[in-house]
Amino acid sequence: MTWDVIIIGGGHAGCEAAAASARFGARTLLLTHKIETLGEMSCNPAIGGLGKGHLVREIDALDGLMGRLADKSGIQFRMLNRSKGAAVRGPRSQIDRRLYREAMQAELAATPNLTIRAEAVEDLMIEDGRVTGVIGATGQAYPAGRVVLTTGTFLKGVILRGDERIPAGRVGDPPAIGLADRLYASGLTMGRLKTGTPARLDGSTIAWDRLESQAADDEPVPFSFLTEKIETRQIRCGITYTTAETHRIIAERLSESAVYGGRATGIGPRYCPSIEDKVVRFADKTSHQIFLEPEGLDDDTVYPNGISTSVSEETQDLFLRTIPGLENVVVRRYGYAIEYDYVDPRELYPTLEAKLLPGLYLAGQINGTTGYEEAGAQGLVAGLNAARAAAGAEPAAFARDEAYIGVMIDDLVTRGVTEPYRMFTSRAEFRLTLRADNADQRLTAKGIALGVVGAARAAAFGAKATALAAARAEAAALTLTPAAAAKLGLPVKADGQRRDLTELLAYPTISFDDLAAIWPQIAAWPPAVREQVEIDAGYAGYLDRQAADVAAFRRDEDLGLSPTLDYGSVGGLSNEVRQKLNSIRPLTLGQAARIEGVTPGALTALLAHVRRRAA
Amino acid sequence: MTDTIFAPATAAGRAAVAVVRLSGPGTAAAVRALAGRLPAARRASLRRLTAGEVALDDALVLWFPGPGSYTGEDAAEFHVHGGAAVVSALLGALSGLGLRLAEPGEFTRRAFENGKLDLAQAEGVADLVDAETEAQRRQALAQLGGRLSQAQARWRDDLIQALGLFEAAVDFPDEDLPADVARRARPILERLLGELAAAAVDAERGERVREGFRVALIGAPNAGKSTLLNALAGRDAAIVTATPGTTRDIIEVPLMLGGYKVILADTAGIRATDDEIEAEGVRRAEAWANAADFRIWLVDGYGEERPPIPAPIRMGDLILLTKRDLGEGHPGLPGSPFTARSPNDVAWVEDVLTQAVVEALSAADTPTATRLRHRDLLLEAAERLSHALAEPDAVELAAEDVRLAARALDRITGRIDPEQVLGRIFSTFCIGK
Repeated sequence: MTWDVIIIGGGHAGCEAAAASARFGARTLLLTHKIETLGEMSCNPAIGGLGKGHLVREIDALDGLMGRLADKSGIQFRMLNRSKGAAVRGPRSQIDRRLYREAMQAELAATPNLTIRAEAVEDLMIEDGRVTGVIGATGQAYPAGRVVLTTGTFLKGVILRGDERIPAGRVGDPPAIGLADRLYASGLTMGRLKTGTPARLDGSTIAWDRLESQAADDEPVPFSFLTEKIETRQIRCGITYTTAETHRIIAERLSESAVYGGRATGIGPRYCPSIEDKVVRFADKTSHQIFLEPEGLDDDTVYPNGISTSVSEETQDLFLRTIPGLENVVVRRYGYAIEYDYVDPRELYPTLEAKLLPGLYLAGQINGTTGYEEAGAQGLVAGLNAARAAAGAEPAAFARDEAYIGVMIDDLVTRGVTEPYRMFTSRAEFRLTLRADNADQRLTAKGIALGVVGAARAAAFGAKATALAAARAEAAALTLTPAAAAKLGLPVKADGQRRDLTELLAYPTISFDDLAAIWPQIAAWPPAVREQVEIDAGYAGYLDRQAADVAAFRRDEDLGLSPTLDYGSVGGLSNEVRQKLNSIRPLTLGQAARIEGVTPGALTALLAHVRRRAA
Repeated sequence: MTDTIFAPATAAGRAAVAVVRLSGPGTAAAVRALAGRLPAARRASLRRLTAGEVALDDALVLWFPGPGSYTGEDAAEFHVHGGAAVVSALLGALSGLGLRLAEPGEFTRRAFENGKLDLAQAEGVADLVDAETEAQRRQALAQLGGRLSQAQARWRDDLIQALGLFEAAVDFPDEDLPADVARRARPILERLLGELAAAAVDAERGERVREGFRVALIGAPNAGKSTLLNALAGRDAAIVTATPGTTRDIIEVPLMLGGYKVILADTAGIRATDDEIEAEGVRRAEAWANAADFRIWLVDGYGEERPPIPAPIRMGDLILLTKRDLGEGHPGLPGSPFTARSPNDVAWVEDVLTQAVVEALSAADTPTATRLRHRDLLLEAAERLSHALAEPDAVELAAEDVRLAARALDRITGRIDPEQVLGRIFSTFCIGK
């Protein structure tokens, strides 16, 4: 039989891709070499954060898995930046790794249209330059309409620790060779990256009682718009610090480190440096903070966040025991650095389909990103697009003005990466509009139209949207003159302007409760609805301005460029710019503008060319 | 493909030498067609230019292969004898080769499109070509040399630094950052706000240097305004081209004083009138006088009737009691006795004016920003920064304001990339819990 879509790899990208494809209705096959590791959190046991939490909410708004599963397995929910504005609040939680894995496997097992098979992939089937299926390790051919590749760090993955060099993907997983050879032979541009992980500690050997700790929020806020309440027991994380002695040991044995010993060439993330990097680059800092994160409710393995390392096992033992609370610590698994090749994401269209290998979609770490959330979001986009393409439907595109997903994919396919790419809110130019709290309003209706949102979510969204529209209409009808407001003790500018509820709420001195005292009917609004009206009011002036910016952005974004445009025939372009445009093949004028080195002059020339063609 | 353009680079009319420029991919072929083989790059070669069998002229030919040319494209220059017939024959021959006569400013536009100049520098080119005075020349050259672009780069750097601090507070709340990280942006923004405001004020000075220092002659009809104007203009015939757009009611005469361009305006006689057309003229004259940088009141101080005291007087106005050679003055009138018939008196007025211009327009530095366009963008950026400073607790709004300020500045030359902001964060703080 022919599958509509085959997903290779069962990490976070692969799982979301498989689920999205299946939700769309495509006959989907997920091939992974181990079913037991589907949904495994191979690095830190946490989901969400700033930017990342936004991605999780967006995955959820498109009916993806990550948010709901994290709600079932989260053991320390915290809303980051709780004291700051709504646009920069990021939901985050520590995750019980086992609960998450089990929830993922149960979810996928129950997903209609999805078949899961434990088999490694040896090669791609290619006909007339198109990918038409895969060949399993057993030699079996699996023909497919579209193929999604989500194999993480398997391309020339090498684990580095002290003198050791172990070819591998993750610890315990063999790297795939035949498939890798196929990708190298296809002419895709590759680069090399590096990342690292700390040792895993035996929690029973940590002196918790002597350490500071951080609690979960009193009222945990779920990731998913469908989750009513977090039921899982919440735990605390420990906090400790490196010492001068820790730094001395590391500085003395720096040459053991894969990077400082010259054994690694890949580029590591600046936001997640190894403890060696911290000691060298911030030499004046005498202490670095470490979060001790339990990996589960009934698993006392601890992930010490902040000290990833690639020094030898002996040195890891030595420096760990100089840290308060870890004097007698026993290591369960030592930290290491991993180097791997990634595919330059500029090789991809915004659907994540490879330009050189039509029919093949790439998602996750293989595209140079890091993080479960980034991987999951790409998986959803790749899986959905593969399924839509297999069915002959139009591509599903997400733009920078509608989603962090759009920001990420545009960054990847337009700018490429220079370090493992992680999402930050500062990457989103429309940050005040793209909030975690309104991800459903931004994306769920679109997801319904794209066929990736199931009936239950669609119904819940419809109910909320109706309530919200009613509340906004009500808010616009509830008005006060300045005189009436003053009489009620609400000081507003005496300019004769009648103000509605939202405008009154925009005053920092006027609270929702003040207004509920005047108009008791609004006290009955559901909390989610009330929150939206309050946020609208708080950001009022800024959101209007941003709406104007979005309109300006749209002018360039709606100006389509053909992927087959002959840049040789466009006058007024330098050779350098022409080359860049030729290799990236932007789909809009806006995307062209974001390509590095494309000058305003070049854009003017491009615009003139397009207009001439259109005329 | 881009077409190849040509145009005379020197003014029309009889001259020793005229220069014709070419730019575009067809340049090499055109040079070969007219001058035989291509000269060595950037070396002057003497060649006989021929169109078909017809000899055109003996010319110096320069060949500038792109991208090392003014426009960034292949370009060439023909230096021919400056006779009208020579130039027109050469232009005709180029046209015959299928090249196109350039539109005004097209060479500089191509340089901009090819990234050889930014917008501010392109404006500098235009100003340099238009420069009549020493001050204009200095200012335009500074702008072409990147003075504004460099200042803007410095300001952008400050903005990136401030944004880095805000964004560190926003994106890394769980990191071990200084508690006051966002507040550290404050002194940077305060200093920058001061600089932008100063540059905006300076931009007015720059605009005056470019467009001329405006001096209004105000007074009743027959008070002697035209006589003074002619006397000053007669002494200083350096600039004689009248500025286009002068109305019948206001005669503007450009002068050069102390190396600066000055526009002297004879405003219509200010008096009450029933004539609608004249009333409109008076209104315009008053508007011009109000906007002027310096004002000279002319009062007939020696006529039979005692004149009214001029009003409203502004600080720094000069009052001349004219026609002092014609009789006895009225006692107690404010102002300086004057007659345009005395070369000494006229020279004295010129000195006063020169001093006023130099005082207003000269400073240790030439202005950084030189146009109202710049001033408006600088003021917009400054306003956003004031907002940012007024929102010390809402970091995401302060960051948004700084971003908007950056966007206003960007419209002068380039743009800020989020990657630069992240780079600043990672090099300043140890991130990675």
